[in-house]
Amino acid sequence: MTYLALLPWHRRLAWLLLALVLLLAIAGPWLWPDPARQDLMQFLASPSLAEPLGRDQLGRSVMARVASATRLSLGLAALCVLSAALLGSLLGVLSAWRGGLTDTVLRGVADGVLALPGLLIVLIFSAMAKGGFLTLYLGLALAQWVEYFRMTRARSRLVLASPHVEASRLLGFGPGYIVRRHLWPELSPMLLTMASFGMATAILALSTLGYVGVGLQPPAAELGLMMTEALPHYSEAPRLVLAPVAVLALTLAALVLLRPLEVTR
Amino acid sequence: MAALTQHGLARVLGQRLIQALVVSLLVATLCFVLVQQLPGDMAFRIAAGRYGYDYVDAAAAEAVRQELGLARPAWQQFAGWLQQLGQGQLGQSLVTGGAVLDEINHHLGATLQLAAASVALALGLGLPLGLASGLRPGGWADRLTLLWSVVLRTLPPFLLGLMLMLGLSVQLGWVPAAGHGEDGNLLLPALTLGLGLSGLTARIVRDSVLAVVQSDYYRFALTKGLSPWQAFWRHGLRNIGVTVVAYAGVQLILLIEGVVVVESLFAWPGVGHALVHAVFWRDVPMIQGCTLLLAWLFVLLNTLTDLLCLAIDPRGPAEP
Repeated sequence: MTYLALLPWHRRLAWLLLALVLLLAIAGPWLWPDPARQDLMQFLASPSLAEPLGRDQLGRSVMARVASATRLSLGLAALCVLSAALLGSLLGVLSAWRGGLTDTVLRGVADGVLALPGLLIVLIFSAMAKGGFLTLYLGLALAQWVEYFRMTRARSRLVLASPHVEASRLLGFGPGYIVRRHLWPELSPMLLTMASFGMATAILALSTLGYVGVGLQPPAAELGLMMTEALPHYSEAPRLVLAPVAVLALTLAALVLLRPLEVTR
Repeated sequence: MAALTQHGLARVLGQRLIQALVVSLLVATLCFVLVQQLPGDMAFRIAAGRYGYDYVDAAAAEAVRQELGLARPAWQQFAGWLQQLGQGQLGQSLVTGGAVLDEINHHLGATLQLAAASVALALGLGLPLGLASGLRPGGWADRLTLLWSVVLRTLPPFLLGLMLMLGLSVQLGWVPAAGHGEDGNLLLPALTLGLGLSGLTARIVRDSVLAVVQSDYYRFALTKGLSPWQAFWRHGLRNIGVTVVAYAGVQLILLIEGVVVVESLFAWPGVGHALVHAVFWRDVPMIQGCTLLLAWLFVLLNTLTDLLCLAIDPRGPAEP
């Protein structure tokens, strides 16, 4: 509690929002289990006590769909960020440590990937297996690792050239010790900040692809896809569009506010 | 001095040329993997494309396989793929049958028009607001642009576009919701993209203005008796410019990604829209062509940014 009280207001708000979204993602699918079950007799049924958001154009529970879509987005984004951060920072440290040819080759590849906007990489991957969870994951992770690589490499070079590391080496400590005691404490805060940014990017890319119709395919419950599907019914039941919009905006807001505001661009 | 500039020029162009080559190789590789990944027999699909699905049989597919060398090992096919690209052949669209180059040529104008309109809007809004925020940190403009940039971060381009569409077009009926060729069609897409970029631009300008105004040399210029306008003109403008241009170049990635999203959203017939369509129909030559074009556009814009930076500050960027 004392830690929370010390935080600026926007980060407290961010944690609160994040907790709400996580609650929806974890408890939601447990309370409203089946996002695909149709009940055409209850076409566009109004909200009730059992179904707080009513039913959609096919009589599916909107609450169940939103909850399952939230779980999917958060899960996929977390997976992407973990893989990208792991790959990127390992290669970054390797590049800084070895230097020479390794460094040149890795930097060349990174420059190439950097010239290809992330969304384009994800689009090519989504063409490989339309609606495939695995290919989307691969595309998103491959689009993101370069950021971690560049930042880790730049920071590691400074740390590895510092007198502390030289002293440790002269005292006979091995690479494991240097990574654990010198690199990791320097790198971890930066990696965490980048991870919150990366989560937001991945969630955004997933919903954008779903919205333009080349991401996950129906009947999957996905935030962007839900908006497109519900748009023709906007005048009758705006809640069908607004529910996924609200969840998406709140999730992104939480991830943005988590960082110090000066960094927010 | 001239030699130094020339050296900087050569370095910038060389680096960006290598980057363009690496990115082309990357796109070609991804697209080659994409072709290999497609379900079904490639020879059969090409034969079906030529003769129609009703007239194709195993013999026809085999003939195509021999003719195009589809039975070769993958690395030989890959070499052939790269060779074709190196000769500037982008192939034919699998959907329309037209040459990819012509198709893209047809879409490029619309994309450039949209991009130019959005950048103009973003600069028109972002420069004055950023300047006002930087000259008076903590003032109303500063707080407004901070709020605006945070709101925009939580409102992705397609949501902003959706809201503008529902607000300005469906509710108020001021502008057509989507399409191309009528008056006012450009407004919604350009507004979506331009507003999206303006928040970022304003914050970048604000940060660099603040850094310059608080620096020692700027304070000294004021202390020695220059008027605020003289100090800004002589000592501020160039130093602010170089940071703003350098940052803006990195953020152009948002412009390229935004073009893809916004064009699909508003049915604006540009390269991004064509790309999303091609992905939907798995039209690999079109995917490769559009991706290459957008990537080259990005590299080209980055080159121009580098050159602009070099023109503002002939010393060039500090060595990494």
